[in-house]
Amino acid sequence: MVNRQRSTPAESTDVTVDRLSQAELDVDTYRVVQPDGSHDPEATPDLNDESFRDLYRWMVLQRVFDERATKLQRRGRLGTYPSGRGQEASIIGAGYALADQDWIFPYGRETGALLMHGLSMRDLLLYWRGVEDASRMEGANIFGLAISIGSHIPVVTGKAWGMKLAGEDSVAFANLGDGATSTGAFHEGTNFAGVLGAPAVFFCQNNQYAITLPFDGQTNANTIAQKALAYGIDGIRVDGNDVLAVYNAITEARQRALEGNPVLVEAVTYRRGAHTTSDDPTRYRTEEEVEEWKERDPLDRYQTFLEETGRWAEIDEEAIRKEIEDEFSAAVDAADEFAERGVEEMFAYLYEEMPPELERQQAAFEELLEKRPEMYEYIEQRPKG
Amino acid sequence: MNATIIQAVNDALHEEMDNDDQTIVFGQDVAESGGVFRATEDLKETFGTERVLDTPLSEIAIVGSAIGLATHGFRPIAEIQFSGFLPPAFDQLVTNASRIRWRTHGELTVPMVVRTPYGAGVRALEHHSESLEAAYGHVPGLKVVIPSTPHDAKGMLISAIRDPDPVLFMEPKHVYRSLREEIPEKAYTEPLGEAAVRQEGDDLTVISWGAMMHNTLEAVENLSINADVIDLRTISPLDRETILDSVKKTGRCVIVHEAAKTGGFGAELMATINDDALMYLEAPISRVTGFDVPVPLLSMEDYYIPHPPRIEKAIEETLAY
Ligand SMILES: Cc1ncc(C[n+]2csc(CCOP(=O)(O)OP(=O)(O)O)c2C)c(N)n1
Ligand SMILES: [Mg+2]
Repeated sequence: MVNRQRSTPAESTDVTVDRLSQAELDVDTYRVVQPDGSHDPEATPDLNDESFRDLYRWMVLQRVFDERATKLQRRGRLGTYPSGRGQEASIIGAGYALADQDWIFPYGRETGALLMHGLSMRDLLLYWRGVEDASRMEGANIFGLAISIGSHIPVVTGKAWGMKLAGEDSVAFANLGDGATSTGAFHEGTNFAGVLGAPAVFFCQNNQYAITLPFDGQTNANTIAQKALAYGIDGIRVDGNDVLAVYNAITEARQRALEGNPVLVEAVTYRRGAHTTSDDPTRYRTEEEVEEWKERDPLDRYQTFLEETGRWAEIDEEAIRKEIEDEFSAAVDAADEFAERGVEEMFAYLYEEMPPELERQQAAFEELLEKRPEMYEYIEQRPKG
Repeated sequence: MNATIIQAVNDALHEEMDNDDQTIVFGQDVAESGGVFRATEDLKETFGTERVLDTPLSEIAIVGSAIGLATHGFRPIAEIQFSGFLPPAFDQLVTNASRIRWRTHGELTVPMVVRTPYGAGVRALEHHSESLEAAYGHVPGLKVVIPSTPHDAKGMLISAIRDPDPVLFMEPKHVYRSLREEIPEKAYTEPLGEAAVRQEGDDLTVISWGAMMHNTLEAVENLSINADVIDLRTISPLDRETILDSVKKTGRCVIVHEAAKTGGFGAELMATINDDALMYLEAPISRVTGFDVPVPLLSMEDYYIPHPPRIEKAIEETLAY
């Protein structure tokens, strides 16, 4: 008989086995402008004065758009809207570092970057009014919004793979939040990109919350940047309230990606507003915490830099605001003018060639509407707030 | 007590958390804030953070770990914030939850509940409006329950929690707050797998479930007809008897569901009637459904939803046949 019994293992042994531990990992947060406003001239990006001003203007635009869109929603003239308040430096710094030929994958909180890359304000407003046509992203290399969190990440990898195969000088750029890093799609997509050497940049704005969940409940990892190591790709952790640092980080990540090394960038920032217009953050976080981050306002920090480098005098903040306010108002007017659509919109575009059954469904529904138009009189194609 | 569906769900959770200390509630945003629809309000305060937890944004791990817990003597009640985010976890339902009892010949079982709000009409973003009950109902071993009233929401959720097998509990979020009724204060159960006859009549049978139940009742009322109105309440296992008895009596049937027509659960109902009551039919069975397209964004979604006028038209045609 073979003895299948194990002898009882010793309770402990005096052997030590080396472990990998995040405690031994040093993950620095890259900065150009310190929270106190001082900056490192060596690290300042090589931009002309106009670009430095431009960055400021775009951050103001992000802020104004968020304020106005939120108000519009309150008055029932927009659907749910996710503000990027507090994250302006991350959104704008990243958008500014991308090239025209790159593809941007948004998930909703990156207004300024989308407008910078060719989406019209009118279309963005129409999107938040629930108008599918806006998702054409006409004239822009912008993918449809990934409302299902994380769902876009493997697609970004495929897009980047395609760019590599086509020999293009472009990257696929994923926007994501801290919450998205907990999805399976994130892990599979980034790992895959590493294997393929796909020119992808995964840009995670760690704004400390996923709706109500604070970052420390999202993962036991100390940082998101370190997750890159598990997939053998590079990681960067950057101060997400420092627009120049984000600009540098994405410029660098983009370059690495073009060389066949995908990069995961974590921008450490804070969502100062509600998750969306349907959320009430006072239920789950303190006023003090919000105040603390208000102290680290990205626009203030950048303003200090501009002052210190003698560029602030050139900036007429009032005029910038006014110009953006006017642009927003005009975009709202244009969105209001967008004609209500016929029901054929629901059926079109599902396939290149409409299957006969779908044709029948559309025809029957149109006939019904024609015969009894009063049936659908109550339908409002506008948001009801 | 007088309750809405959302309050009834909350009440059922409180009852069963209290009755059975093996129950655990978890999901995204369920603990600290009580859920985006407030279904889990005050659970954390009452039962503590060991039993009421906010999870990472991981649908696969929410459902998968519920399965593991369930095989270990617990009664997990997981929430998927919107049913549109359930698809990544479909794998866990198909690959594990539905077949663990079968695979182990009863050695391991999965007494878990996955609750999820479903359906259109709340003017939300993409992926917040789907009705995929037929897909889930197609998985052998998985029970799929859809209450349409506060009374059933509480009674059937309690049954689902006590059920020895995995239950997908789909909540019609469009009517979460729009109707109220008196429900018992204490815990009570409503059986899974039994349809409810909401109204009796000889002219025809109308079958629906979830939020569409209310559009159906409105249509029947507008037409002042004598119809058997059946609230299916459970997609799987299906209550064939109630349907067949009714159709044998009336000879006419209209089925109303919000999901797309092709491959929708209405098709299964038609096949069921065809199997056992074909010769009783005096008119073809008619379906009023969503169209075979994704649910449109908010500006057009009202056109997609089968509203009472479309249901009325189908009823009139079926009666006139
Ligand atoms: C797969 C999936 N699960 C759940 C949701 C509901 N939801 C919408 S946004 C969100 C939190 C996202 O957090 P994060 O990724 O950090 O992005 P942030 O909103 O902070 O910008 C959740 C849970 C969703 N949209 N998709
Ligand atoms: Mg976040």
